[in-house]
Parts: sequence; structure tokens; C-alpha cells
Amino acid sequence: MSERLAGWTMGEQAIIFQTCSACGHVQYFHRAFCTACGESNPREQRASGKGTVYATSLVCRAATPETRAHVPYNIVLVDCAEGFRMMAHGEDGLAIGDSVVAGFKPFAGKLVPFFAKAK
Amino acid sequence: MSFITGVGLTSFGKHDGSSSLDLMSKAAQAALDDAGLMRSEIDGILCGYSTVSPHIMLATVFAEHFGIRPSYAHAVQVGGATGLAMTMLAHHLVEAKVCRNVLVVAGENRLTGQSRDASIQALAQVGHPDYEVPLGPTIPAYYGLVASRYMHEYGVTEQDLAEFAVLMRAHACTHPGAQFHDRITVADVMASKPVAMPLKLLDCCPVSDGGAAFVISRERTGEAGVRIRGCAQAHTHQHVTAAPALSELGAEISIARTKEATGIAISDVRYAAIYDSFTITLAMLLEDLGLAGRGEAAARVRSGHFGRDGAMPLNTHGGLLSYGHCGVGGAMAHLVEAHLQMTGRASTRQVRDASIALLHGDGGVLSSHVSMFLERVA
Repeated sequence: MSERLAGWTMGEQAIIFQTCSACGHVQYFHRAFCTACGESNPREQRASGKGTVYATSLVCRAATPETRAHVPYNIVLVDCAEGFRMMAHGEDGLAIGDSVVAGFKPFAGKLVPFFAKAK
Repeated sequence: MSFITGVGLTSFGKHDGSSSLDLMSKAAQAALDDAGLMRSEIDGILCGYSTVSPHIMLATVFAEHFGIRPSYAHAVQVGGATGLAMTMLAHHLVEAKVCRNVLVVAGENRLTGQSRDASIQALAQVGHPDYEVPLGPTIPAYYGLVASRYMHEYGVTEQDLAEFAVLMRAHACTHPGAQFHDRITVADVMASKPVAMPLKLLDCCPVSDGGAAFVISRERTGEAGVRIRGCAQAHTHQHVTAAPALSELGAEISIARTKEATGIAISDVRYAAIYDSFTITLAMLLEDLGLAGRGEAAARVRSGHFGRDGAMPLNTHGGLLSYGHCGVGGAMAHLVEAHLQMTGRASTRQVRDASIALLHGDGGVLSSHVSMFLERVA
């Protein structure tokens, strides 16, 4: 098993995705195998952070004291340049189809990806 | 062949002091009474889950509590699709002669048994624990994301979505058991508090206490017969991040399988019982199922198409949006209402013709789907 790269889910300022060495399938949620063909040890890579906004929802009602401190916050789905979709935070006012680039922000005790409009 | 021989439904809203088992028992007794069956005649039990009182063996907890020793029993968990998934399983158990009479039951004191925050927090955990939940989304946010995309692709507006909330409330006003009886307007929906944009408070179903139950049997027990003609499921993903394109969602797959299995066409359907956790859910499902063209469901609401006297009466009890949502029992109320309509017992809500009904449930974030056709038999 190749070593797992640390991404934002493990506290690092990075977005990590996997590519199957056998069939080329790209996946975002970390697994020890390819979901398309079952090949083990998909290759781990750091994403560029570039993408396009697929969907947005501005959260105005949160359910915990930690998240409530941040409302309103914009949850976005971004189609990343490398061919996977991810959930993240985004600047207010992002629209579907906007070109965006990832940074990172603290949120409820964690570092989370935060997309802003590409300049 | 299987028949729905009895249905039971409590009012939804606040049931102070009632436990999940209390609400399940109340609904189960009503269903048994309706079917004219005794406890000793029930040989199968399927139950949903309770977020307030989780248990690894809820079906046997309930069976012991209620006083039944079934030959087949377990719980089922498919989120909002659980009620119809249990009905589908009961149908197959009866057809395969494993059981004669299966009691399908769910109930939860979700409103008074825990705080609203606890409910919202518990439900948000359907998100991915590493890649979604740390971002602080809620169930309305998952559906808010889907709504933003659907509105973008098909030109649906927030006012369009509001029409569904208004319609469900108008229907709830005619049912004494519904949680809400105050009429609302599109302007009220638009002015309601933002929850997860584009969804506002009145675009969202409430949290409720309540219970629902039915009996699925090999033989009819009463004069009016309601038969399960056929059903099918589709499961395309769990997390919204992993959802397929809007044109590839599970509702279209499960309805296609159900139509193929039964030979029934949408043009044969006279009554619709469709899952409506949010206004966007109802709008999308109506269009995915072929009950309206793409982007046209709201216009059909405005023209009265889905009203009691319209061509396709829809959720005449008020749906999750206004009858209420107590978890698994929430969507089971849709089937109870369909049964009352099909057997001519819906009092002032009675529609002209409910000879064939289409039921559809959705669990997760449009993740799990169950479609079903019911038919009245003379």
C-alpha cells in the first residue's frame, strides 16, 4: 500500500484525490481500491484547487454552537479540474458555472477548503 | 398477490409524554382494527428506526411490547424511503408465502423527545463523516445544493417552489390530524426565515411526533380491496457529493422498473402520493416520475392539477410539508391517505377516482428510491 497523502480531512492545506493505475478512474473519497474496477492502491495526488461551481447553498440555520458562530456560510459543490466533485465552503455570491480556486479557512475547529472566484 | 388490509395513523405534531413505542403501538392497533385482525394473526413484523430511541433490535422490542410473537421480524433503514421499502418487502414476503399478515409500523416522538438541534444534527450525519459533515451542512443544505442546480438547469424559481408548500398546507387544512392548519401564501413562503438558501423555513418539512402502520396480507379481510400491483427500487449513491447528474437520479430508474413490472403507465394513475421533505424534493420527483414535464410542475400546481378536484390529486393529507414528518412514519402517512382515498373513506378530502395510485419515497439526498403502484380491486 502506497503511503496516504494528508489532505484537508487530516489537517493539511491540500485537496487529495485518487486515480486508478489500471483503469484511470478518478475518485475523491479515499479508499484502498478503485470503485470502478476494484484494483487496489489507487495513486494519490494533490489537486490543483481549480474548478467550476456546480451547486451552492447558503446555510443560515446551523445545528451546533460551533457551526452557528459562522452563519451564514456558503456550502458549495465544485467540479474540480482533475475530474472529481467535492463539497467545500465558498465566498458569498458565487454562482453556478463560476471558475474558482481553492484556499483554506478555519471552520468549527477544523481547516476546510474555501473556494473564491478565480481572478 | 398482496393486499393492504388495514391502515393506522396518529395525528402528527406534539404528543407530549408519548414514547416512540407508544406511538408505534397506537398506530399498529389502529391498523389491526382497520384490517379486522387479531394480534395472533400477525406473523410478520417490519419496523422502521427511531432517532430518539435507537435500538439494534427494534422490531423485537416492539413485538414484545405490543404482544406479538411473529415468525419473521426485523427493522429496515433506508431513510425516508423506509416506509415504502418495508411495504415492498412485506409484499414479497406475502407473495413468497413466508407470511400471511405482515404488520409494517413506525413511530417516533421526534419533536418532544429531543431538541430541534438534536434532530437536525442527527439527520445531518447522513453526510460523509470525513468529507462533508466537518463543513457544517444540514439536511436542508444538502437539498439546497440540489435545488440550486435544479433551478439553474430547468429555470425553476423560488416562487415556483413556494407553490408546493402552499398546496400541501391547503391540503393539511382539510385534515384534522395535520400538524399545521393555518393557510399560507407564496408571499408567506418567500418571507419565511432563510434556512439553507434557496430553501426557506416554509420550504422545509417540520419535525413531528407521530406514528403510522399498515397490514399487508395474502388475503383480503374487508369489502374494499387495495392490491399492491408492483414496486421497484433504485439506489445510485449515498452522499450528495457522489450523486449522479440530475438526469440520472434514482426516481427515473425506479419508476421505469415499476412501469415495466406492472404494465401500468403514468396515464393510468389517478392519485399520487409523493415524498415531499422539501418543496424541491416534490418538484423534482413529480418531474422525474413523469407526473409533470421538466420545469412544469409548479405551473400544474397553479392550474389546480394536483388539488383534490384536479386531474392528479396529490398528498391530500398535506404531505410531510404540512401533515408533518416524524421520521419513518412521515412518508407512511402518504400510503395511509392513499388507502383511505382508494377505499372511499377520505371524508371531505375524498377525490372522485383513486382507482390506481402511484407512491414514491426517497431516502438520503435523493439516494434511495422506491416506486409503487396500488390498485383498487372490486
